[in-house]
Amino acid sequence: MPLTMTTKRRLVTTALLAPASVWLFVFLVLPFIAMVVFSVGERGPAGGYQPAFTLAQYANLPARAAAYWNTLMLAPVGAFLCLIVAYPTAYYLAVKAPPRYRLLLVSLVVVPFWTSLLVRTYAWMYILGSRGIPNLLDMIGIADVRLLNTSGAVLLGIVYGYLPLMIMPIYVSLEKLDRRLLEASADLGAKPVSTFFSVTLPLSLPGVMTGVALVTILLLGEYLIPQLLGGGKVFFIGNALVDLFLQSRNWPFGSAIAVTLVAVVVVVLMVAMRIAWRISGTRQVDLV
Amino acid sequence: MRALITYVYLFLYAPIALVVLFSFNAGRNASEFTGFSVEWYGKALANPFLITALQNSLIIAVTSATLAAVFGTMAALGLERLGSRARAVFDGLLAAAIVVPGVVIGIATLVALVAVFGVINPAIASLWPGERPPQFGLGYGSIIAAHGLFTMALVTMIVKARIATLGRDIVEASADLYATPLTTFRQIVLPQILPSVLAGFLLAFTFSFDDFIVAFFVAGSKTTLPIYVFASIRRGVTPEVNAIATMVLVASLLLIVIARLLMREKTRKTTAGE
Repeated sequence: MPLTMTTKRRLVTTALLAPASVWLFVFLVLPFIAMVVFSVGERGPAGGYQPAFTLAQYANLPARAAAYWNTLMLAPVGAFLCLIVAYPTAYYLAVKAPPRYRLLLVSLVVVPFWTSLLVRTYAWMYILGSRGIPNLLDMIGIADVRLLNTSGAVLLGIVYGYLPLMIMPIYVSLEKLDRRLLEASADLGAKPVSTFFSVTLPLSLPGVMTGVALVTILLLGEYLIPQLLGGGKVFFIGNALVDLFLQSRNWPFGSAIAVTLVAVVVVVLMVAMRIAWRISGTRQVDLV
Repeated sequence: MRALITYVYLFLYAPIALVVLFSFNAGRNASEFTGFSVEWYGKALANPFLITALQNSLIIAVTSATLAAVFGTMAALGLERLGSRARAVFDGLLAAAIVVPGVVIGIATLVALVAVFGVINPAIASLWPGERPPQFGLGYGSIIAAHGLFTMALVTMIVKARIATLGRDIVEASADLYATPLTTFRQIVLPQILPSVLAGFLLAFTFSFDDFIVAFFVAGSKTTLPIYVFASIRRGVTPEVNAIATMVLVASLLLIVIARLLMREKTRKTTAGE
C-alpha cells in the first residue's frame, strides 16, 4: 500500500518527536506525578515511604518555616542586588562600550556563568573563610571578624553567581534600543538624566523583568550557595530538601516541600509573564 | 562609569584568579603565597578517587550530551511541522524542563525511580532462575536521564532559534530543483543548523560536567567530579582542592569559549560539499 504524502509527512514528524516526547514523559511528567503521590503518603518506620492518603505532610510544612522564610526573603533581595550591579554594567556594554571591544566584553561577562557554580562559590568560601580576609584583618589588628556563614556571605555569593544571568537580558533589551529615540529626546531639550528616566529605562524594562524573574526562579531552588557560604545557619528550601531526602530520609515530607517549591516557582513565573506582557510583547533572550 | 565597570570585571574574575593562584602555592597557608609549586596538581592527579570521579563525569557528560544533541535537534525539526496546539503543549513541557529547579528534578527522578525499582526488582528476583538476579539501581543511567532532560530542552531551544532564522525560500528552491526532502535536509538545512547543534552539545556537556545538585540526588553510589569536589570542600579547604577547582574551571572555560565561537559563526559555508 503506497503511503500518501500526508501520512508520510506525519510519520516523519512523529519519528522526529518520539524520543524527546518519551524522555519528557518518563523523566519529567511521571516523576512529578510520583512526587505528588509521595507527598500524600506517610514516612515508613525505617524512613522512605509508605502508601497513604493524608495531608499531614502539608499540615507539617510550618516545621520548616525558617527555610521558606530565608528563601522567600533572600531570593528576591539577592535578585534585586544583582539588578543594581547589573543595570549599569549592561548599560555600559550596550551604550557606552567602544564597539570594537563590545563582543569581547560581553563574552567576558557571560563566560563565568557557564563555569562551575560550585567552584565559583568555593572561591568565596576560600576568601571569606578564617584563613582568608579575616586572617588578613587579624594581621592589621582587627581580630575575630566573622564573614562566612552569614546572610551577607550568602547574598554576596548570590550576586557573584547570578550576575551574568541578570546582565544578559538587560543588555539585549538595551542593545535593541533605537538610538534615534535618544537623539530625538535630546533634540527636544531633555537633559541626559531625564532622557534616561523617560526613554531608556522604560524601554529596557522587559529585559529587567526577564532578568529578575530568571534569577529569582533559579535562586528559589538554590542549594550550593547557602550550603557553602551559609554553613547550615542560613539555609534555603533546597537545603531542607537535601536534608529530608539524603539525611533524615523523610521522603513524604520532602516531597510535599518540593511540590510547594514548584508551586512558588510557577506563581513567580506567572506574575513575571503577566508583567512582561503588560510592558511589551514577549521577547526571546539569548542566554548563551 | 568606566571605573564601575572595571570593578565589576574585577569582582567577576578576581576570586577565580585567587583560587588559581593559590593552587600553585607551595605552602598550605591560604593567605600567604610562599612559593610556586605544582605539587598539589601531582597530588590531586595521583588520587584514584578523583580519577574515578572524573571518568564517571566524562562518561555521563558525553552520553547525556550526545543524546540531548540528537534528540533535541530532532525535536526542534519536528516542532516546525506540528500544529499550533500540539506545539504549545510540547513547548510548555520543554519550558518546564528548563524552569523546574534542579533540586526538584533530582528529587522527582529519585522518587520515581526508587518506586519503579521497588516493583521491578522483586518481580525479576521471583522469576529469575539463577542464584543472583540482576538488580536495577541508581547510577549512570539515572544521572544521564536527569541531565538529559534539562539539556535536551536546552538544545531544542537553541536549534529552534536557529531554524527560525533560516529562510524558507532556500528550502523551497531546493525542492523546486527536484531535490528529495532528505537531500534538501542533508545539503541545505543540516549545514546551516550544525553550528547551533554543536554549540548545544557543548553547553549540554558543560552543564552535565558541572552539575552538582541533580547528580547528588540520583547518583546512588556513583561519584561524579562535582560530588567529589563538594565532599573535599566539606572536609576542608586545601591547596589540593584549589588545584582540582582550577582544572575543572579550565575545562569548562575551554568548552564554553568553543561553544560561543560556534554560535557566533554565521555559516558562511552554506553547502559543505563532502
